[in-house]
Amino acid sequence: MDVLDPLLDPWRSGLDRRALLEVVMLGAFCGALGFWVVEERLTYAAESLSHGLLPGLVLAAIAPAPLLLGAAGGVLVAAALIAVAARDERVGPDTATAVVVTGMVGLGALLALAPGAPPRLEEILFGDPLGVTDGDLVAAAILLTAGGVALAALRRPLTVTTFDAAGAAALGVSPTLLRLVLLGLLAAAVAVAVQGLGALLALAVLVGPPVAVRGMAAGPGRAMVAGAAVGALAGAAGIFVSFHAGIAAGAAVALTLCLFAAAGAALAAYGVTGRSLSRRA
Amino acid sequence: MTGGPPSDEGRAAAGGPPGGAGRAAPGGPLSDEGRAAAGAQADEAARVTPGPAVQVEGLSAGYGGEPVLRDVNFVLDAGRSLCVLGPNGGGKTTLFRALLGELATQAGQVHVDGRPAYVAQTDRTRLDFPVTALDVALMGTLAHGRWWLPARRADREAAHAALDHVGLGAQAATRFGELSGGQRQRALLARAIVQNARVLLLDEPLAGVDPASAERIASLFDELRGEGRALLVSTHDVESARRFDLVLCLNRRQVAVGPPADVLDTATLQTTYGSEMIVLGDEAGRAITVHHHEH
Repeated sequence: MDVLDPLLDPWRSGLDRRALLEVVMLGAFCGALGFWVVEERLTYAAESLSHGLLPGLVLAAIAPAPLLLGAAGGVLVAAALIAVAARDERVGPDTATAVVVTGMVGLGALLALAPGAPPRLEEILFGDPLGVTDGDLVAAAILLTAGGVALAALRRPLTVTTFDAAGAAALGVSPTLLRLVLLGLLAAAVAVAVQGLGALLALAVLVGPPVAVRGMAAGPGRAMVAGAAVGALAGAAGIFVSFHAGIAAGAAVALTLCLFAAAGAALAAYGVTGRSLSRRA
Repeated sequence: MTGGPPSDEGRAAAGGPPGGAGRAAPGGPLSDEGRAAAGAQADEAARVTPGPAVQVEGLSAGYGGEPVLRDVNFVLDAGRSLCVLGPNGGGKTTLFRALLGELATQAGQVHVDGRPAYVAQTDRTRLDFPVTALDVALMGTLAHGRWWLPARRADREAAHAALDHVGLGAQAATRFGELSGGQRQRALLARAIVQNARVLLLDEPLAGVDPASAERIASLFDELRGEGRALLVSTHDVESARRFDLVLCLNRRQVAVGPPADVLDTATLQTTYGSEMIVLGDEAGRAITVHHHEH
């Protein structure tokens, strides 16, 4: 018996090793992307996409086809429907989006509970990191690598656009194009994140880390790095907790992410900032 | 600032020489147009070259339907300043957007020398966003391309120099949101200097700025003109318009353009502002004030 055993045991178990890899990769990318999701006020869009893709996931489970394919298709359909519905100015975009998303969740539940459908609704809604496939791991690795490169390259244009859209346009940066790119990254992140965390809990990995580091980070670049670190750390912590306490892994990861967010928000509320920390050091 | 030479007045009244070139601003990062030209053009930018920096000829612009601004004709030479006066909804923003190339012109020609810099009202910026004054100045380097790479040492030096120029050298590491209104305005001016634009468009730069800062910003305008840059400044404040070389009065169309002494009379201002204007003083117009509706 080694003192490190509690930390290493999940790694030694093949199932949990894959879960650990999946949530660390997801946490790292979504934690960085989440800064822009929160700053560009896209949280509601992220939630809508992650819930609205449910019918796509269920159809993939029924087919059966790779869930990632179903998630990607579901995201596209949900985004298109939301875009159309949000144009109704009498209802307003928020309400129209809520109607579309609730309808999609209803449709997804209807399909999943139909006779003959495989009993995977629980996994699809609440996630099952322990059930990730090799394909899921490859998708997460691609998301982390390609998305990470894209975020690093777009850091300066995104910064000026978020800070001052009119000024950005005068500098030759297109706010519309950047927002589309950001939405594309968000859609990709949601489609991959629901594999491990489920349609209802995937949002935690996108908004938990940026909220946790919001008061601390001195700039967009540092906020992305800190968000990535918190996302990976909180994801891993969730898997450890689930391993040792024998609780559902997806839920444990989501709860750990939200606890980090609450802790970060509390620290910020008490005036602890990155600057005050470095002043003390 | 004093009144412009007679040539300005004459050309402005005549509508300016036909540019015929249309928009010449090159594309920048993430725009459809080329990027290489922007860098070369920016290097040229601060060089004092006489001649028109902005030519607007028979401009009508709007947002799809009826033009919201029509019949605008003026020429602004390099090293000169123009004050854009007018009521809310009078077309000041529309004119700026047309000069920035964001609005297609519905009629007429617009020619701007290089890519103009835009200095927004600072309350239009995100004050809670974690950027420092130095970060804001550094944004100006995006106009030179290489947007996908971190800022170079030369970029940082240029940004520091621009902050020194506007008197914010000591505030480089201060969060933009923690600066005073006048300091924020100067940080955005530093960005325009780093961008090295020959033409600067400033939207209500003195709104909400304390008198000492306003004085400092006004003298900064003089320095920028001295470097050969052309300044277009929109304002509500008739009194401050007297400091500019030219005044352009807009009320959904061009009411008048010319040196302040010619334009700032009661009749013109009445046409410009309509019922919003209250005349308190003498014929020289010294005490004319404009009542603004909050919106």
